[in-house]
Amino acid sequence: MSVLIFVELDNGSIKKTSLEAVAYGAAVAQTQSTTATVLAIGNADSNELAKAGAYGASKVLHANEAALSNENAMAYASVLAAAVQQESSKIVILPKSGLSDAMGARVAAKLGASIVSGVTELPDLSNGFQVKRSIYTGKAFATVEVKGDIKILGIKKNAIEAQEGSGTATVESFNPSLPDGDFTAKVINQEKASGELSLTEADIIVSGGRGMKGPEHWQPLLDLAEALGAATGCSKPVSDLDWRPHHEHIGQTGIKVAPNLYIACGISGAIQHLAGVNSSKVIVAINKDPEAPFFKAADYGIVGDVFDVLPRLTKAVKESK
Amino acid sequence: MKILVCITNVPDTSAKISFTDNNTKLNKAGVQYMIGPYDDYALARAVELKEKSGGSITVLNVGEADSDPQIRKALAIGADDAIRVNCDPQDSYFTAAQIAAVAKEGNYDLILMGRESIDFNSGVVHGLVGEMLGIPSFSPVMKLDIEGNIAKFAREIEGGKEHLEAPLPLVLGCQEPIAEWKIPNMRGIMTARTKPLKVVEPVEVNDLASLTAYSLPAPKGACKMIPADQAETLISLLKTEAKVL
Ligand SMILES: Cc1cc2nc3c(=O)[nH]c(=O)nc-3n(C[C@H](O)[C@H](O)[C@H](O)COP(=O)(O)OP(=O)(O)OC[C@H]3O[C@@H](n4cnc5c(N)ncnc54)[C@H](O)[C@@H]3O)c2cc1C
Repeated sequence: MSVLIFVELDNGSIKKTSLEAVAYGAAVAQTQSTTATVLAIGNADSNELAKAGAYGASKVLHANEAALSNENAMAYASVLAAAVQQESSKIVILPKSGLSDAMGARVAAKLGASIVSGVTELPDLSNGFQVKRSIYTGKAFATVEVKGDIKILGIKKNAIEAQEGSGTATVESFNPSLPDGDFTAKVINQEKASGELSLTEADIIVSGGRGMKGPEHWQPLLDLAEALGAATGCSKPVSDLDWRPHHEHIGQTGIKVAPNLYIACGISGAIQHLAGVNSSKVIVAINKDPEAPFFKAADYGIVGDVFDVLPRLTKAVKESK
Repeated sequence: MKILVCITNVPDTSAKISFTDNNTKLNKAGVQYMIGPYDDYALARAVELKEKSGGSITVLNVGEADSDPQIRKALAIGADDAIRVNCDPQDSYFTAAQIAAVAKEGNYDLILMGRESIDFNSGVVHGLVGEMLGIPSFSPVMKLDIEGNIAKFAREIEGGKEHLEAPLPLVLGCQEPIAEWKIPNMRGIMTARTKPLKVVEPVEVNDLASLTAYSLPAPKGACKMIPADQAETLISLLKTEAKVL
């Protein structure tokens, strides 16, 4: 009956957003008087996985067959469904991401389970099982009554404050048999920027718009990002124009981010861009136009030229260290 | 090749969202509707694939009669016929079950849709449909070519992309830059009027989740402006006041 939590790995460690999912799952487990079990898929050191215990898990199932080295959502879903069955789990928690949505969906269809993605708070158990989820790309919320015997929830970043405790979890290897049908696709190759901070995991994001004037002028923004240890993002026209790679595109039709601090440089603040950043804790807008709509969505604003303001911020960050 | 393109009918990306009826219904007054932008990419690529190698495109919407203008637009862009499953879908599983039921009848080689709808943002319908039909599903797909019975495609992964090949049939959740959005031309608009739009009733599905209420985020406080010639003070405010550094 234990609550099952899927965690995503990055270089063998559990991602921060996944640790939040563990904390969320552990909190739900407590309300059900049961334990929290984690499922990790891919290469990882047992000591790293045992850290899930510090966020409330008592056991980690680790699937690391070679066939699972690529993020194959269908095979991962088969593993997750097998784990649900082994643990007789009624509640399954995943961190909201492309991979987890794809897995959760296939598991829901396999098991006839309820699936709700984009959950922003712990469930309300006072009247059935109700969860609050983000809709209209962050512009609103919906409260949903989840009625299936098995419930699958995709948790948005910051749905819970993950506090690191002192527990550790036992790690067991878990390698259920995988159907051939999960491997009909051949991976030809991967193009991956290495060593880059991921936008969905980042605490700080420095993002540039058309006001940055061209790819050759990005250095001041990269300098500030480096000084802050931040990831870099951009607006849609910037990636459309190939000034920056597509995976940096933030907004309604790009990545939705939720950092603690989002610094927008020369981005007008169109509603479609804001849709991707409105879950950020603190927003700073730098724009030479005092009427730029971004100032209405920001917590701090500087009316000025990015090429003057950015170097001064970088210098201030370095001096404050 | 038979392609099924699933489209959502959603408030325009610039719409202001508010609710009526004690926060149980979207306030549709003054809201413009559009084909979901991701679905629109999927449709555009389907039209390009058909132009290249022939075949047919059926567009499918799970929705009420107010979706018809968007369905007609999809027909004007290049779909051959349309099916609307007549209901107000409120849950991903329910929606996927409707799509799967239509897909089973039609034996499609390729089922395309957006990576997510922009009203509920769940991003799970392609996976649900794939599993319900027992065929592979991939998302978000940003490049797609078909050679014979093989799809050659790229999906976005964190920090980059992955190139894949897989035999049809497939379900793909699409996003840019798979194609550029298409605007219907006059001829398309004229012919769309007479293309078939079949309305079918939904199949029965277990009630797995239902909406109980909507709400809006707390309004944002005023923006604190910092003079450009004192830009440095921003850093100390972020440290001491906002506590994010
Ligand atoms: C269906 C749909 C989906 C969309 N999805 C997205 C999305 O996901 N993400 C997204 O970003 N957009 C999206 N858009 C586009 C969006 O509407 C805007 O066009 C886009 O966000 C504008 O990008 P920008 O702010 O970089 O450019 P602009 O609007 O051109 O703004 C540039 C800004 O830079 C400022 N500026 C110029 N020079 C300087 C300087 N030297 N110093 C300081 N400031 C300067 C200007 O005052 C201006 O405010 C979408 C649009 C549609 C219709």
